[in-house]
Amino acid sequence: MKHLKFLLIGIFFGIVLVKSEAVSWYRIYEMFRFQSFHMYGIIGTAVLTGMLFFLISKKSSVKNSLNEPINFPSKDKGFKRYIIGGSIFGLGWALIGACPGPMYILLGTGVYSILIAIASALVGTFLYGIVKDKLPH
Amino acid sequence: MNFILNPWPWYVSGPLIALVMVLLVYFGKTFGMSSNLKTMCTVLGAGKFSDFFKVDWKEQSWNLAVVIGAIIGGYIAVNFISDDVVTNLNPKTISELNALGFNNAGASLVPNELYDYESVVSGKGFLILIIGGLLVGFGTRYADGCTSGHAITGLSSLQKPSLIAVIGFFIGGLIMTNLILPLIF
Repeated sequence: MKHLKFLLIGIFFGIVLVKSEAVSWYRIYEMFRFQSFHMYGIIGTAVLTGMLFFLISKKSSVKNSLNEPINFPSKDKGFKRYIIGGSIFGLGWALIGACPGPMYILLGTGVYSILIAIASALVGTFLYGIVKDKLPH
Repeated sequence: MNFILNPWPWYVSGPLIALVMVLLVYFGKTFGMSSNLKTMCTVLGAGKFSDFFKVDWKEQSWNLAVVIGAIIGGYIAVNFISDDVVTNLNPKTISELNALGFNNAGASLVPNELYDYESVVSGKGFLILIIGGLLVGFGTRYADGCTSGHAITGLSSLQKPSLIAVIGFFIGGLIMTNLILPLIF
């Protein structure tokens, strides 16, 4: 039951993404056609709120639930993997209108055919693991 | 209750998504949904084929709990706290999609032209879901993160790699929506 809080966070996440319409294929289409502010507003206010959180936790040395300093997520330096990998991801995101979070959430809303995309995303991840040493990073 | 049953405005949704990240960081974890794809590969035995998957998946099991929660959350949202799911799209978007052959744009979360039973068995929807899934799964691991890890967490913690990745997301997304989708439909 130590995972209960994470289950609850996931439920909250699923509800928010449905109610925000961020799981809508149409909202993603609209975003990439620059025909609505909706998705930019969501991402923008999420990032601003997040920035505020990281700023405050840096200044006030807040501890996390394990009584450790707040962990700042960090990514390795690089350029190629982010721009190429990101572009490949973007092609898929705009085609099926779903990124990894919404894939699962859509399944819960009753879009069962998304299972095909989820299975395929697993294969895609597997393929990356197989060929990664041959790719520029 | 209408303000709960109706779609939520962006200025409510955005901060609530940030709250998900804040809670996960507070509990000593990170907000990264695509990591689950790697974890599932490990669970399914991918470690036999690549060391990339030779990790202790139990350390990631908390994130699988988030996934199960997300599925339940999706179910709860549409069945108990929505009165209708019509998306209030830009009328221009709707007429554009109609011209491309999408009927009832915005009436459901995903277009029937891609996702319903008929489209899937006709082969077209099936192929699109396969290709889209492959691109998302491959791209997200190559870029070391997706929308949650890079766009939300990475940008808000001011990480340059995440900015580059998000620019990549947009390069790919703009090409797909503006150049490739009109060719497919």
